[in-house]
Amino acid sequence: MKGNEALAEGAIRAGCRFFFGYPITPQNEIPEYMARRMPEVGGVFLQAESEVSAINMVYGAGGAGGRVLTSSSSPGISLKQEGVSYMAGAQVPCVIVNVARGGPGLGGLTPSQSDYFQATKGGGHGDYRLLVYAPGNAQEMVDLIGLAFDKAEAYRNPVMILSDAIMGQMMEPVVLPPLREVAPDKPWATTGKHGRSTPNVINSLGIVGEDLERINIELQEKYARMAADEVRYEADGVEDADLVVVAYGTSSRVVRSAISRLRQEKMKVGLLRPITLWPFPQQVLAELAAAGKRFLVVEMSTGQMVEDVILSVNDRSKVTFFGKLNGTVPTVKEVYDRIRSLLSEGGEG
Amino acid sequence: MKKIFAYPRALAKKRTHYCPGCTHGIIHRLVAEAIDDLEIQERTIGIAPVGCAVLAYEYFDVDFQEAAHGRAPAVATGVKRVHPEAIVFSYQGDGDLASIGMAEIIHAATRGENITVIFVNNTVYGMTGGQMAPTTLPGQKTTTSPYGRDTATVGYPIRVCELLATLDGPAYLERVSVHDPQHIIKAGRAIRKAFATQVAGKGFSLVEVLSSCPTNWGMTPTQSLNHIKETLVPYYPLGVYRAPEEVTGDDE
Repeated sequence: MKGNEALAEGAIRAGCRFFFGYPITPQNEIPEYMARRMPEVGGVFLQAESEVSAINMVYGAGGAGGRVLTSSSSPGISLKQEGVSYMAGAQVPCVIVNVARGGPGLGGLTPSQSDYFQATKGGGHGDYRLLVYAPGNAQEMVDLIGLAFDKAEAYRNPVMILSDAIMGQMMEPVVLPPLREVAPDKPWATTGKHGRSTPNVINSLGIVGEDLERINIELQEKYARMAADEVRYEADGVEDADLVVVAYGTSSRVVRSAISRLRQEKMKVGLLRPITLWPFPQQVLAELAAAGKRFLVVEMSTGQMVEDVILSVNDRSKVTFFGKLNGTVPTVKEVYDRIRSLLSEGGEG
Repeated sequence: MKKIFAYPRALAKKRTHYCPGCTHGIIHRLVAEAIDDLEIQERTIGIAPVGCAVLAYEYFDVDFQEAAHGRAPAVATGVKRVHPEAIVFSYQGDGDLASIGMAEIIHAATRGENITVIFVNNTVYGMTGGQMAPTTLPGQKTTTSPYGRDTATVGYPIRVCELLATLDGPAYLERVSVHDPQHIIKAGRAIRKAFATQVAGKGFSLVEVLSSCPTNWGMTPTQSLNHIKETLVPYYPLGVYRAPEEVTGDDE
């Protein structure tokens, strides 16, 4: 299946029954798939008048207890940030997919990883965090979207899937899980009181200073739990490696190919692939740094995740960056050459 | 003995933050009475705006979601699509609905979204301190039109009911006023009919209520009510702009 369609079917299988979105390339396969598929499972597909409206429909549906998805691509994700911030503040679960393209501004239609900052450092206003998953293949599109819904509801927090134009367009075989009908208990949702003694209110207003402080303390405690329990990554051959390459999503696929060639040449190089971009796999990187590994970070951007790698390594080891600017994917040869030259520089870097 | 006047069940027993002489309190009461009359309190979900009525969720005894500025019709759409059997209403001011939220209201209306919108038009941004609104009258002084609204540079007020009446989607549109008891009774009937329209599944309903803002108009409450009658009503004619078919909110 195409990555975007695998993700959409994965969402349906995970019990998602509400989708609100707006057309933008390169994510159109997702709303188009949902427009066909939602009526078959008794769900709702609605094309909104804007990204802003779409995310606010998501806020309404999520607050009302629905398992709800929206998808977009970079410029559209910027428009959605208002609603994302409100949902984070009001603790409304939902899943947001960014099939990222190059920026800034209107940018281009080609794949990019330049929305890492936006996804992991806030994006909208206020002190908040999203759980951010970065799938590395079509199967993970399916698996992570299911996980994303479960985590969104467990934490009452928006969850983002950060994909890109290549991940969305490429075709790979996938194994789909059985269809789930999810009716989780959401005693906080707006349903109408139906005999409840007090109304449920979905709200992010803390007009009195102490109220806002209390809300923020509660949120920060939740983010601390997420940071402690939700880190996911793939470590491939890092134990005996001299150099660990850190990459996610599309760039991790290129890195993997380069590494397999280098290993045939007995080069000691490993891959550390973050699957959660927030929380970031800080601990494992710190441990690898303490064990004397050097790092190369490969991104399709001018360098965003590399800042988190540097923070994690915390001067214990050398971090080198290799980036391709918006819209181009590094070739296996480029990454191969870069790793070879780093390894030939020796242990001191 | 028949009780002819009581505190509406759908109204929470709370003191509001509204300024003296503001008509939000009256409009809240009319909404609560409509909810009581139609016996829909247990399945009603309100959407609060950004503006003076931002705390509306404190004043009604029904479930509520607080929306971002102007987004209430989109939020209401999301709620309604999850709970089609619920009665969903938004309560919005003129800046919220007719300026920053114009796209949301027009598209909710044209979709015929089966929701009810209470649109409070007092021709000024109240909560932020009296700035020019999309409904500010020509020549009206506000903090951001200190020399009076100059139509040559900032254009003309928007008549929301007339604008929405160009669409096929809405089922019921009416403009009412609350400047005297007679008009308050009529406003109450319109609001009840709007909710009844939704209960009957007829689609989008909106009641525009001409309202006062003594604080930002720099008038006494009595002067403000006269101002509605003498200045607002001539510019914003009262009446039904789209009549719902086969919905009788008045006497069921």
